[in-house]
Amino acid sequence: MRRRKFLALMGVAGAGLALGKTPAQAAGNVHFEGYPDAKAVLFDATRCIGCRKCEAACNKVNKLPAPAKPFDDLKVLDGERRTTAKAYTVVNRYQPAGAAAPVFRKLQCNHCQEPACASACFVRAFKKNPDGSVTYDASVCVGCRYCMMACPFNVPAYEYDEPLTPRVMKCTMCHPQIESGELTMPGCVGACPKEALVYGKRKDILKIAHARIEAFPGRYVDHVYGESEMGGTNWLYLSGVPFKEIGMREDLGVTSAPELTSGALAVVPMVAAVWPALLGGIWAISKRNGKVADEERKEAVKTAVAANQADNDAKLAKAKEQAEKDKKDSIEREVKKALEEAASAAKEEEGA
Amino acid sequence: MTSETKKTLFTPFNIFAGIVLLIGAYLTVMRFTGGLAAVTNLDDNNPWGIWIGFDLLCGVALAAGGFTTSAAVYIFGMKKYHSAVRPAILTAFLGYALVVFALHYDVGRPWRLPYPIFLQPGTTSLLYEVGLCVFLYLTVLAIEYSVAALEWLGLKKLRSLVHKLTLLLTIFGVVLSTLHQSSLGALYLIAPSKLHPLWYSTYLPIQFFVSAIAVGLSMVIFEGTLSHKPFHHKMDATFLAEHDGVILGFARGASMVLACYLAIKIIALGADNNWKYLVSGWGAWYLFEILGFVALPSLLYAIGSRERNIKLIKWTAALTVFGVVLNRFNVSLVAFNWQLPSAQRYFPSWGEIGVSVFVVVVGILVFRFIVTRMPIFYEHPEYKDAH
Ligand code: SF4
Ligand code: SF4
Ligand code: SF4
Repeated sequence: MRRRKFLALMGVAGAGLALGKTPAQAAGNVHFEGYPDAKAVLFDATRCIGCRKCEAACNKVNKLPAPAKPFDDLKVLDGERRTTAKAYTVVNRYQPAGAAAPVFRKLQCNHCQEPACASACFVRAFKKNPDGSVTYDASVCVGCRYCMMACPFNVPAYEYDEPLTPRVMKCTMCHPQIESGELTMPGCVGACPKEALVYGKRKDILKIAHARIEAFPGRYVDHVYGESEMGGTNWLYLSGVPFKEIGMREDLGVTSAPELTSGALAVVPMVAAVWPALLGGIWAISKRNGKVADEERKEAVKTAVAANQADNDAKLAKAKEQAEKDKKDSIEREVKKALEEAASAAKEEEGA
Repeated sequence: MTSETKKTLFTPFNIFAGIVLLIGAYLTVMRFTGGLAAVTNLDDNNPWGIWIGFDLLCGVALAAGGFTTSAAVYIFGMKKYHSAVRPAILTAFLGYALVVFALHYDVGRPWRLPYPIFLQPGTTSLLYEVGLCVFLYLTVLAIEYSVAALEWLGLKKLRSLVHKLTLLLTIFGVVLSTLHQSSLGALYLIAPSKLHPLWYSTYLPIQFFVSAIAVGLSMVIFEGTLSHKPFHHKMDATFLAEHDGVILGFARGASMVLACYLAIKIIALGADNNWKYLVSGWGAWYLFEILGFVALPSLLYAIGSRERNIKLIKWTAALTVFGVVLNRFNVSLVAFNWQLPSAQRYFPSWGEIGVSVFVVVVGILVFRFIVTRMPIFYEHPEYKDAH
């Protein structure tokens, strides 16, 4: 009971913020385990050779514009890149300390189980589909770019050079193409010559990933990246070197995006319900206090005014006459000033 | 009096304003023909720049004088501050209108701004809450402000009708302000991995809310000072007589609010056990912010109001306003994306700064237009006792 009262009070102060760690249900966001038949992709960094075939395939199946440098130009790998409005996926090369050969890592949307982008969008332009993919609907997007602020993996890109119809661009897990039957698996997965990418049900993919670690414990870091990061993702990763060595953040935690904001959202109805009652009460009290003071003051004013009524009238008339001559907009202030002068003069006289 | 108001059109400020308007027009054309890339330094890693960090976050915070003043007068019954209400409401109304105006430059498809409210609300988004509350509050402010406009137009019946709604509107305004001031801070809750831990806190919403009250009170003091010179002849005896009282009272209030804000900042630091970050460059910058622009003004306000030192109070108000602007900049720009290599960090382009200055100048021009015509700094004699 006491706790509840405390929480209500905190809510009043707009402070639920303290409740950042309340269960997600507080805002109506029930913990989501993922759709049962959701698909996932496994990327195995120990198999990737950095050929950029996935990049080329992605460009083709999504009909993206041709890049400045062709996909077989591996010089591109010299610099670290990120996804852009013209490239839903990129492969980067890393040289981890102590590793004999460079390691490659493919980057694209991770299709989070509880996507930050979808939770952040104020027009629900993003959708988590039953097949695990997270897709975007440009027909409602306002272009506020809060989704980009929210994505912990810095994935969505924006058409900054579009003056009136900019879209947010990101990997779709080839959802439209698979849905329409054009593809049976994502374009990038199909194009990989080394089977560094595997597509299947998330449950099965997780089993495969753990089986690989078990079979070759010396080869892999004992962690499936994406199994629980930010509440889990539908793109999973295996690596032979620590993930942070290949540009992946290890400090994201397992709290999903909706859980991060549910506390603040839960406070909204509290403020809306409790504030008016509280403020109304304060108003009632202060009004009553004001009334008492007012009455006392009125009494005093009455006596003073009566004594100097005649004097006031004369001065007022004079001021009015003069004001008439003035321009119209200044009349009001002059009269008022005269009134005040008269009142203070009267007071002075009274005091004298 | 009439000769005073008829000044030459070519004052230094007017010339400056004219130039800014021309630049603004040029940038507007650039933005709507070449896209954001043509005027801004925004990129995929830094999707929000000063049009959000300054125009939105600071704009809304600086306009908090409206709800703090009207709450003090109409709800807490501090009638002696009555003359401060109208300028504060006008500033708030203009402030919010300009925030919405500035957003039209930033978002990709501005005509869709009503979508989240009327077409497909994304209720899980804190930005939705901000949008909805700002929209509703702008409406409330427009109604509150309309009293002055209706007096000017001489529409008595309508005016008294609207005037009767004062209490209701004030309460509604406080609720909405509480919600969106805090939600602006809550916008960043979703990105703990991007905002430096010294600024990221689950208390961000309440920090934004409390600092908004402090800046709201300070803005009333600050802006009263700014308006005093050019619009002195427009101010009636009540306004002038109450002015010092307003300043002293607001200074005392702001001192306490800032102390409370400081406490929340420290609690947040302790709650997340972030003390270790204090001994770093970021820590020094953080301490600079909370000691120089929270603790110091709190102290100076206390001294100023005790010693009735109006001058000190006015300078402190400026310090507080600057401090909150610094805080919003730190959260949205400086400490945001702090882990990115410096080559990928954001710095505003001249075009972005140009648009922000343009928006502010438009605000000042409209403010000047209104206060030289409508009963803002003085009471309309026909409605004198009607308050
Ligand atoms: S990786 Fe980013 S863009 Fe992709 S689903 Fe997750 S939050 Fe959304
Ligand atoms: S940019 Fe579009 S998709 Fe992203 S949050 Fe804004 S409205 Fe939603
Ligand atoms: S899943 Fe499809 S859209 Fe995503 S990276 Fe692969 S090919 Fe591109």
